[in-house]
Amino acid sequence: MKRKTVWKKLVGLTAACCLLTGLLTGCGASDAGSAAGDNGEVIVYNWGEYIDPDTLEMFESETGIRVIYDEFETNEIMYPKVEAGASQYDVICPSDYMIQKMIDNDLLQELDFDNLPNAKANIGAQYWEQSEQFDPGNRYSVPYCWGTVGILYNKTMVDEPVDSWSILWNEKYADNILMQDSVRDAFMVALKLNGCSMNSMDPDELAAARDLLIEQKPLVQAYVIDQVRDKMIGNEAALGVIYSGEAIYTQRENPDLEYVIPKEGTNVWIDSWVIPKNAPNPENAEKFIDFMCRPDIALLNFEYITYSTPNDAARELIEDEDIRNSSIAFPDLSQYENLETFTYLGEEGDGLYNEMWKEVKSR
Amino acid sequence: MIKKSAEKIYTGLIVLFMYAPIVTLMVLSFNNSKTRAKWGGFTFKWYAALFDNQAILQALSNTLSIALLSAAAATLIGTAATLAISGMGRRSRAVFMSVTNIPMLNAEIVTGISLMLLFLSFGIRFGFGTILLSHITFNIPYVILSVMPRTKQLNPSVYEAALDLGASRFQAFFRVVFPDLLPGIVSGFLMAFTMSLDDFIITHFTKGPGVDTLSTKIYTEVKKGIKPEMYALSTLIFLTVLILLLLVNYRPKPQDAAIPGAERTQK
Amino acid sequence: MRKKMSKKPESPRISYFNQTAMTAPYLFWAVAFIIIPLLMILYYGLTDKSGAFTLVNVAAIATAEHAKALWLALGLSLVSTVLCLLLAYPLALILARRQVSQQSFLVLIFILPMWMNFLLRTMAWQTLLEKTGVINAVLSFLHLPALNLINTPGAIILGMVYNFLPFMILPLYNSLTKIDPSVVNAAYDLGANGTQTFCRVIFPLSIPGVISGITMVFVPALTTFVISNLLGGSKILLIGNVIDQEFTQAGNWHLGSGLSIVLMAFILVNMVLTGIFDKNGEGTAL
Repeated sequence: MKRKTVWKKLVGLTAACCLLTGLLTGCGASDAGSAAGDNGEVIVYNWGEYIDPDTLEMFESETGIRVIYDEFETNEIMYPKVEAGASQYDVICPSDYMIQKMIDNDLLQELDFDNLPNAKANIGAQYWEQSEQFDPGNRYSVPYCWGTVGILYNKTMVDEPVDSWSILWNEKYADNILMQDSVRDAFMVALKLNGCSMNSMDPDELAAARDLLIEQKPLVQAYVIDQVRDKMIGNEAALGVIYSGEAIYTQRENPDLEYVIPKEGTNVWIDSWVIPKNAPNPENAEKFIDFMCRPDIALLNFEYITYSTPNDAARELIEDEDIRNSSIAFPDLSQYENLETFTYLGEEGDGLYNEMWKEVKSR
Repeated sequence: MIKKSAEKIYTGLIVLFMYAPIVTLMVLSFNNSKTRAKWGGFTFKWYAALFDNQAILQALSNTLSIALLSAAAATLIGTAATLAISGMGRRSRAVFMSVTNIPMLNAEIVTGISLMLLFLSFGIRFGFGTILLSHITFNIPYVILSVMPRTKQLNPSVYEAALDLGASRFQAFFRVVFPDLLPGIVSGFLMAFTMSLDDFIITHFTKGPGVDTLSTKIYTEVKKGIKPEMYALSTLIFLTVLILLLLVNYRPKPQDAAIPGAERTQK
Repeated sequence: MRKKMSKKPESPRISYFNQTAMTAPYLFWAVAFIIIPLLMILYYGLTDKSGAFTLVNVAAIATAEHAKALWLALGLSLVSTVLCLLLAYPLALILARRQVSQQSFLVLIFILPMWMNFLLRTMAWQTLLEKTGVINAVLSFLHLPALNLINTPGAIILGMVYNFLPFMILPLYNSLTKIDPSVVNAAYDLGANGTQTFCRVIFPLSIPGVISGITMVFVPALTTFVISNLLGGSKILLIGNVIDQEFTQAGNWHLGSGLSIVLMAFILVNMVLTGIFDKNGEGTAL
């Protein structure tokens, strides 16, 4: 008898689960089914939280093309999925050095700029020029976001002027420093501090950078990527290495925070739209890219993700003058020296960096 | 008496440990500030925003359908397999159980990666289907291990008696054997459903474009800062299940009408 | 006691339907989705980029960084497993003594947290443990010094214990409820005291549950990378992190697979150990 009551409860609970699933699946599905889709689809592969969802809806309703949207966390996760071809995408948004790698490995198709009038008209000349570093001739990519990497610090916790990467080695701030948890960004900091190129392949320079990072490790509170943002807002740390795009957002939430580009120079990065060779809907992909280059759309995205837009026309539309002329969002790059963009180092170079990074992390 | 209260305190402490983070999440779901790090006052706005957020609702519906379908398929395949395995000789039984143990014992990351490699090399498109297949794979062992003990308690002579009394094999099975297995099957299904719901790593490696479950959605958000809508959703899911559980448990029944006192009358 | 049990004749077996028809779906499934994927890992782990056979990827575990990551992971997961066992055993005993009608409810109470997403639960611990987190806020309210909790090995162990405790409670509870109360009563009748009864009767009979609990906690703890990232601030590199990084950051799948093979070896050892305690080859149930 007793045993029966036990399993009756279980059956009841199971039935309830099923019912709940059915209900929720029902409403979820019915809502999603109403989207447009008469003119085919476009499969977009972008960084997490890197677009204003409203713009996707606007694109769908204006063009009748259904957007299938997927997100990746790192360039390195994205790459094998595209390379293996098991997931076919129409539009991808990799970073500079990864675009170079994809071009090298013949994974991208050339863009027809006649179909991209907004891109031609609105993207600033200096960004096309920057892109030449990884996409010579600007044949494969259209810049979407760009920025610098710098130090975000809390004015209430740091009393000296911050203008150099070396402050990240100051023992006064032990356990109050947040470093980037990605190979190239972490090595960039150390290489720049040593006065080397951040694309260095010289084993001695890299070993010196590695030793510097090992020396720094006891002072580091945590190696994080985008969590720098939340932790700095919550006063968890005094100093953090951060992407400029996050700086605007964090300042809005916590006015004590300040962003600087260190004097030793830094990484100027660009994330750009590309179309892979095996894209099932290349025409729709071009329509999508061009739509994203429209000033009003680029503005929406800028306001949503707060990463600097290379879209000059969109920048003109920014109402808040402080932001339009913000030295964080739109720094005058000619003021700084030693600015660089990551380049693809080949498999050997990648291996070298990864090996050294592991030595840092396991210490 | 002292022992009794010591036991209660101990159970209470463990419950507190298990539920402390959950309470934290619930509190955060009413936080008016967008970041976890700051308390900006009390609000219900995330609950309202949740029902406008198509992406989260879609992920929820994916999660639940995958959990339901994979648990159902795993229950079917697993129960059949258990019956077959329990009828086998010792040696083949041991082999089968070892294979069954692999997905449970193997590191989730290895299972996830091995499935990803499989799908990649056979050119299977990543998507809902690949997640579902993977979930069925790691769910089957839970079903087998829940049903297996039940098969050991079965009395074969009852089944044979039913056959002797003129029942077909089918009838005899479903009228006589099946009811005895049902508790195991049901708890296997529930376990599978729960595991599927909670899985992140395997889904992470086997998912495809545009198909997100709550876990993968959250993981991308972890890096960018979790949207408070997610806290709201988790709170709702949790409360729903809790209420269901309480309802099912405290459905008035004649034999334990005096629930509050029941504990004390126990020896 | 156990000796007697293993001599017990096997219960008569019976096949209800066509044996082949019943086995076929699972057999197919096991081969397609368990065996073949494992062979794929073996293939990747034992070849280099050009596809030639090599042991380099497996031998890579011996390099200083990898070995350290493995030892750290072994150490932390061992500590967590022991803690889980110590925490869960008394609880399982308490639960198993409850009225049957309450038991299922109580057990479900400990499964319920799993319905709240694993990542969110771990994130929530961040909120609790941070420098400016809930625990430190309470401490400073009580005028106690703040504790440095997050980004330490201790925080990782806490995360492991928290996440995997239900996997210890369930098998222990199941094995304890299976103990025939009359055996326990007999021990008391024969003059054994509480401690003796526990050590000589209850604990030995619960060994299958202990073994499967240990396995179910130790393996995921050994291989986790999410917990060490979220609660360890990525400062502590565990073997799971190394494998994850090889696949998702470094893009060296061959090395990642090679290290996975090493991890699988531990699981093999585990299976052999389980086999020793589980002579009937039935597996210990959840």
